[in-house]
Amino acid sequence: MAKHIQVKDLDIYYDEFLAVQGVSMTIEPRSVTALIGPSGCGKSTFLRSLNRMHELVPKAKVEGQVAINGRDIYGNNVDPVDIRSEIGMVFQRPNPFPTMSIYENVAAGIRLTGARMKRSEIDDLVERSLRSANLWNEVKDRLHKPGGGISGGQQQRLCIARAIAVDPAVLLMDEPCSALDPISTQAIEDLINDLKPDYTIVIVTHNMQQAARVSDTTGFFNLADVGQPGRLIEMDTTAKIFSAPREQATEDYITGRFG
Amino acid sequence: MSVPTRTERETDLLRTETAPVRRTLPPWVPYAVLAAAIAVGGAAALAGVSAGLGAVLTVVLYAACVVTVSRLVEGPRKAKDRVVTTVVTSAFLLALVPLISVLATVISRGTARMDVEFFSFSMRGVVGEGGGVYHAITGTLMITGLATLISVPVGMLCGVYLVEYARGKLAAVITFFVDVMTGIPSIVAGLFAYALFALILGPGVRMGVMGAVALSVLMIPVVVRSTEEMLKLVPNELREAAYALAVPKWRMILKVVIPTALAGIATGVTLAIARVIGETAPLLVTVGITQSVNLNPFDGRMATLPVSAYYQYVNPGVPPDPALDRAWAAALLLIIIVMALNLVARLISRRFAPEAGG
Amino acid sequence: MPLSETPSAVARPRPRAGDRVFAGLSTGAGLLILVVLAGVAAFLLVEAWPALTAPPEEVPGGRGVALYVWPLLFGTALSAVFALLIAAPLAVTIALFVTYYAPRALAQGLGYLIDLLAAVPSIIYGLWGFTVLAPATVGPSGWLADNLGFVPLFAGPVSATGRTMLVAILVLAVMILPIITAVVREAFRQVPRLHEEAAHALGATRWEMLRMAVLPFGRSAVIGASMLGLGRALGETMAVTIVLSVSGGVTVNLISSGNPSTIAADIALQFPESTGLAVNTLIASGLVLFAVTFAVNMAARTVINRRSEFSGAN
Repeated sequence: MAKHIQVKDLDIYYDEFLAVQGVSMTIEPRSVTALIGPSGCGKSTFLRSLNRMHELVPKAKVEGQVAINGRDIYGNNVDPVDIRSEIGMVFQRPNPFPTMSIYENVAAGIRLTGARMKRSEIDDLVERSLRSANLWNEVKDRLHKPGGGISGGQQQRLCIARAIAVDPAVLLMDEPCSALDPISTQAIEDLINDLKPDYTIVIVTHNMQQAARVSDTTGFFNLADVGQPGRLIEMDTTAKIFSAPREQATEDYITGRFG
Repeated sequence: MSVPTRTERETDLLRTETAPVRRTLPPWVPYAVLAAAIAVGGAAALAGVSAGLGAVLTVVLYAACVVTVSRLVEGPRKAKDRVVTTVVTSAFLLALVPLISVLATVISRGTARMDVEFFSFSMRGVVGEGGGVYHAITGTLMITGLATLISVPVGMLCGVYLVEYARGKLAAVITFFVDVMTGIPSIVAGLFAYALFALILGPGVRMGVMGAVALSVLMIPVVVRSTEEMLKLVPNELREAAYALAVPKWRMILKVVIPTALAGIATGVTLAIARVIGETAPLLVTVGITQSVNLNPFDGRMATLPVSAYYQYVNPGVPPDPALDRAWAAALLLIIIVMALNLVARLISRRFAPEAGG
Repeated sequence: MPLSETPSAVARPRPRAGDRVFAGLSTGAGLLILVVLAGVAAFLLVEAWPALTAPPEEVPGGRGVALYVWPLLFGTALSAVFALLIAAPLAVTIALFVTYYAPRALAQGLGYLIDLLAAVPSIIYGLWGFTVLAPATVGPSGWLADNLGFVPLFAGPVSATGRTMLVAILVLAVMILPIITAVVREAFRQVPRLHEEAAHALGATRWEMLRMAVLPFGRSAVIGASMLGLGRALGETMAVTIVLSVSGGVTVNLISSGNPSTIAADIALQFPESTGLAVNTLIASGLVLFAVTFAVNMAARTVINRRSEFSGAN
């Protein structure tokens, strides 16, 4: 189920440009790890290198090691597609497939990969995933309506249901609440808490209160100057980071002195 | 300018009360002048001058009057603006003249033979009156259908390549030549298909499938361009969502990207069909003409609507009228098909476009 | 809520194979475009070869391929260039009308009307040109011959049927009008709104705004679009075939009954009845037409693409 992630000396490039340098960290299973930092510090780039989405950008490349339960995902003979089935992702803006119904959206991971399942099994899976995403009660009467026809917050929970329906070990969330109103944000945060016992969750957020509310561990990313690569400045339990950080830069950031 | 005396200022104030300082023509003036000009032009036309000359007279008269008045009241800059407005508007109206004339001619001449016999009979054994275009309708449908079968997969795959796979120079080269290919004259496409089949099967060969190949040369670039444009409109977020679900790229393209863009692509394909269904020249040199129904595109000549209209017109026989009536009726049928296809294309894009946006 | 007993055990199909096949297919389709274009040139050349190498007296006309094609090429260029001279200015003004003068609510519909001109099949333009336009030009042509007869174009004597080069030119102009209009409209649509507003803010009238902000911006689009239209006019077949009464001479006289034919029209007229070397000769003339239109279209696309690189509108 939930797996731990080990990152060692990770350098991430866009073509020749070094965007993130020398990140090493351990992400514990069954916990929520928040990544915070100012805009452009590379935290989203880092997140996308954890499920090999980064390499979809032309000429992007990665050096270093990312291991999931000890297996290097950048090793030879590793298919990025297999990696992504183990590591789900939720994006900044809700992106349900517009041509599919709510039901089909949840089943998308199964249907699109061409796996064969019985109709009743898929029904089950859809219901369980939607229940896990705290969305079942709201949409059970309109499962076959378009996925784009519900509110933004519901769409984002639909995307989470879609992600967990393929049964990943890890969930990556890239600022999942930045396009949502406060009430929907609350619903997502509650959901993150509910999911924690079963998954390894990594969330990038701009919102420090959110990091403080939902995460067990927090990593702070920063960059020395514009054009310099982003680095992991400090990583510790969330309580520690927000009360007694070791680095001056972290303290400046969380007390709102810059960024 | 000197400081105005009190009386001057008073007269200025008086003037602003009666008329604005920046004077413009009241909005009804151009219309009144136009009405008068039309009356004069119409009267001239009725008096025996040709209708075209009457229209020219109307426009010139209108322009001259409006410019004179505008120059006196509004000044030369505004007058010039009004000249341009008149010129630009009449250019547009002028362009409508052939459209209306073509449609009116085809409809008035074509309706004579819009009867049941026309749609249900071929020209087999027909001399003089009667006969129909059943054989040409089946031929046109088969050849255009075959061309669509060839063009849609090739064109869509090429569009997919350009948007989803291509990087760098080759993509630029292919995009460029797709555009250039749009400009190949239809007769050259016909000669190409002829040359291709003549090399394999010997000179003088005529087959339905040759016509389909020729039409495909014309159709493929249109399908490529519309596929390409529609795929570019699919938000990248949907691709990422699919990737994140561990969907392989080819399934992502087939199951997410293409369905999202499908309405737009269908519109493009419909317009491409509309473009080639009326083509005459390439079929003239590849498929030829026959008087009877031929349902085998791999065996011999086939009749098609445009080519049969052409032959009814060039070889009408004696008396010519029945053949000319058939030619016009075929033309009318063709124009109805083309307009219907255009309409369908607009409907598809209007009906489905907002949904694709999310 | 554990989902562990579900799908990771389900066998996934080999994604690698599918990806490779699909990528191969679509790349193949892309390359096919280049292959077809090369194929057009190659197959035409192969089929034209017997005529190119035959002794001149065996080629129809008896004087070799070059002298067979020359008058046709002349007629082709004459009709296309004059059609362009009529259509291009008209197309630009129509594009201005649709973009800037027509009421907003109507603009799209009016643009669609112009697009309909392009939807009419060329055979119908031919029938219309023959029955309606040709007779209508006989009177005005007489006037031209009487009053402007000293201009070689209008030397006369006037054709009694009206099936003259002039009518062919007018029909071609109508046919290429929507093509030029569409490209120019697209360019006008990309004119930065800010430029227009800046001109208006300086107190410009609408025409002054168009001259300051819009026309300079659209210049190369107009050039590119005109060349596209030219390419289309050069290759247009059926309308010319039907409208033009051909006698084969090389003359610039637009209103007489002695007209040079065009390459495309000549092929359409001769091809169905030809055999042997005559077919090869016609294909050789088709090869010339292909080369000319290909060059014109390449130049047009280069101009249009360069514009979009420098427009900075995006």
